[in-house]
Amino acid sequence: MAISFAMPERVERERMMAQALAEGIMRPVSRQLDENEHERPVDFIKLIWPVMRDQQARALDRLKAPPDQEKEKKPRSPYLAMMVQIEALSWGDAGQYLCIPSPLLAGAAIEAVGTPEQKERFLRRFAEGDAPRWGAMAMTEPNAGSDTKAIETTAVLDPETHEWILNGEKIFITSGGLALRESDGIVVVWATIDRSAGRAGMRPFVVEAGTPGVTVSKPEIKHGIRASDTVSIKFENCRIPYDNLLGDPEVRREGSREGFRGAMATFDASRPLVAASALGVGRAALEFVKETLHQHGIDIPYDQPYHKLSAIQRDVLEMEAQLKAAYLLTLRATAMLDEGLRNSLEASMAKAKAGKAVTKVTQKAVELLGMMGYSREWLVEKWMRDARINDIYEGTGQINLLIVARRILGYSSSELS
Amino acid sequence: MVSFTPTEEQQMLIETIHRYAEAEVRPIAHEADETGEIPAGVLRAGWEIGLIPAALPEAYGGLGEHEALTGVLAAEELAWGDLAVALKVLAPALLAYPVLIAGTEAQQAELLPLFAGDYVPMTAALAEPGLFFDPRALATTATAQDGGYVLNGVKSNVPLAAEAHKLLIYAREDSGAVGAYIVDAGADGLTIGEREKLMGIRGLPTYPVTLSGVRVDAVRRLGGEAPLPYEAILNRQRVALAALAVGVARAAFEYARDYAKGRVQFGVPIATKQAIAFMLAEMAIEVDAARLMTWEAAWKLDQGQDATREAYLASRYAADTVVFVADSAVQTLGGYGFIREYPVERWLRDGRGFAMFCGLATV
Repeated sequence: MAISFAMPERVERERMMAQALAEGIMRPVSRQLDENEHERPVDFIKLIWPVMRDQQARALDRLKAPPDQEKEKKPRSPYLAMMVQIEALSWGDAGQYLCIPSPLLAGAAIEAVGTPEQKERFLRRFAEGDAPRWGAMAMTEPNAGSDTKAIETTAVLDPETHEWILNGEKIFITSGGLALRESDGIVVVWATIDRSAGRAGMRPFVVEAGTPGVTVSKPEIKHGIRASDTVSIKFENCRIPYDNLLGDPEVRREGSREGFRGAMATFDASRPLVAASALGVGRAALEFVKETLHQHGIDIPYDQPYHKLSAIQRDVLEMEAQLKAAYLLTLRATAMLDEGLRNSLEASMAKAKAGKAVTKVTQKAVELLGMMGYSREWLVEKWMRDARINDIYEGTGQINLLIVARRILGYSSSELS
Repeated sequence: MVSFTPTEEQQMLIETIHRYAEAEVRPIAHEADETGEIPAGVLRAGWEIGLIPAALPEAYGGLGEHEALTGVLAAEELAWGDLAVALKVLAPALLAYPVLIAGTEAQQAELLPLFAGDYVPMTAALAEPGLFFDPRALATTATAQDGGYVLNGVKSNVPLAAEAHKLLIYAREDSGAVGAYIVDAGADGLTIGEREKLMGIRGLPTYPVTLSGVRVDAVRRLGGEAPLPYEAILNRQRVALAALAVGVARAAFEYARDYAKGRVQFGVPIATKQAIAFMLAEMAIEVDAARLMTWEAAWKLDQGQDATREAYLASRYAADTVVFVADSAVQTLGGYGFIREYPVERWLRDGRGFAMFCGLATV
């Protein structure tokens, strides 16, 4: 091994394709979709579905291939490819990107703890057909945000029918409506099979579209990422097959965090990818600021002494440095995923830094461009609103700092809460 | 292929330097700061690790290992021990590397072997006194005269000037471009002023240098007739400075982290309080971010790509980071942070020095 920042050619090609899609398909309708909340990015979905579908098909085929062939066929840097694609698509429009027809976080959970049979059964639908399908993850509840162990949704086993019965309410589910109402998709629902066991009692369950006892509420009205579908889902005596439980049904006590670990493994993969989405929005704002300033005769030098720089040039340099710092932390966390290394610390570092950096960078962009920044004629104000979620979802900045702190200090969650 | 793992050789080098920094540098760092003197034995041991000799071409007794990436890994580890020691050990590179990058064959043959043996103090003079320094607008001049050059001007913050055998003087030429000139200690018209009194990096002696009609032969102009690759030299210095800043920042972070775990207040270690824990988490993130930016810039330099933007952003970011982290470390230690017996206030003073260096090379 040697330290290297060289993107594999294949990854670079995929980045360029995503960037072209972002420019040609997403940007032109970005404003319209922001103004008409809950309208779907139909062109983007139509174009990206076959791409996502074929990718999923290849991934599933690899699972079936004998081990020696599997190694050969495996793309060398799948997470890196995802990172650069997500960054580019989010540069196009973060809200539209979130509408991407794929298993998304549900897929991440199934990948992390599902059996081969479950992967085939739940993910095959994302690998075939002309109609796009979505996956979603339902974790948050009205009384359980960052405190995930406080979830109240229950899963009770019916010993006669051997079915799980789900009861409870989940909120803030990205693409939940697309998954359950507008397609033949799936939602991974976190519920407790033993409330007294706390985190150890938490388990992910797969609920398929069309299951009775599921009610999807009307979508949330949001500050940003308005093109993204965010809903609540109610489970009322919702019965699902026993085998829709992901992972081990046994609750091991004595400090076991079995169920919780599955969720955390999901986050290790999803946090760098959320950071990547944040970076795309940040880059959109930075590029726009630089281009606009350039048109007004202000360029950003990289070789001038501090006293020769104007306040605006200093601000832009600071924005650029912050984004670069966040980008490199994200790149590291993602590269570790591809190498199969444990990356909880690095993933949280990347997510905390990226969430904060893009929030500041986009807010500064609106400030620097004055009335042009504030005007809804341009997209800068939208990017500022879109960026804000990145320091909130998939673990707030504070939760990620807490995780970083525990890791660097060697503290458990009870020692540092 | 993206990777963040150093090679085995680099890893061994880091470990060697770490052992030196921990066993020999840390124990004398406080005293060196108080007295302004670095023990000769510590300096010798640092030199014997062989960073600069290894960079020389094989023909001159080196290994030809001149990678910027290896350089920044080494610099971080050295500065983790102590910044003044690191700078003193590395000071001869201020002459050796430009000769390596831009020297004529004759200049390399004459000068590079000087670095193959024991430590020889060598230096370069770039900065100039005054509030605003711009390396592209040097006031020191090199005027062509009688087939040679005449240097005039005042330099400042020249490390080791009083003991250096040779100095590399940067000056504005008749064309307006910057040239560099190799001047021997004791040259006519060269005056070394009194040692400068600085806030930090006090183990490293620096001096003002006055040049009044110093005559240099044409062959002493670095690179002969060729234009000086000034940007390449500055970029190399920027990433080295960034790495040194990361080293100081990491030292401060680690110390504060360990202190916070041991310091009990209200019946618990203060690290178990979010106010402290979050500060430490931010410090850890910033140290890593600054390091990654430094690595990327160094990697680009090694690829032969233009790394001006990366080197600039990395050195600025690292200079900000070291002050943020050292300041947070002082805060973590509370009252003890302010006491000179504890190293964190020294790291804050040393760290602020990068603002001055940034006047030398970052700009």
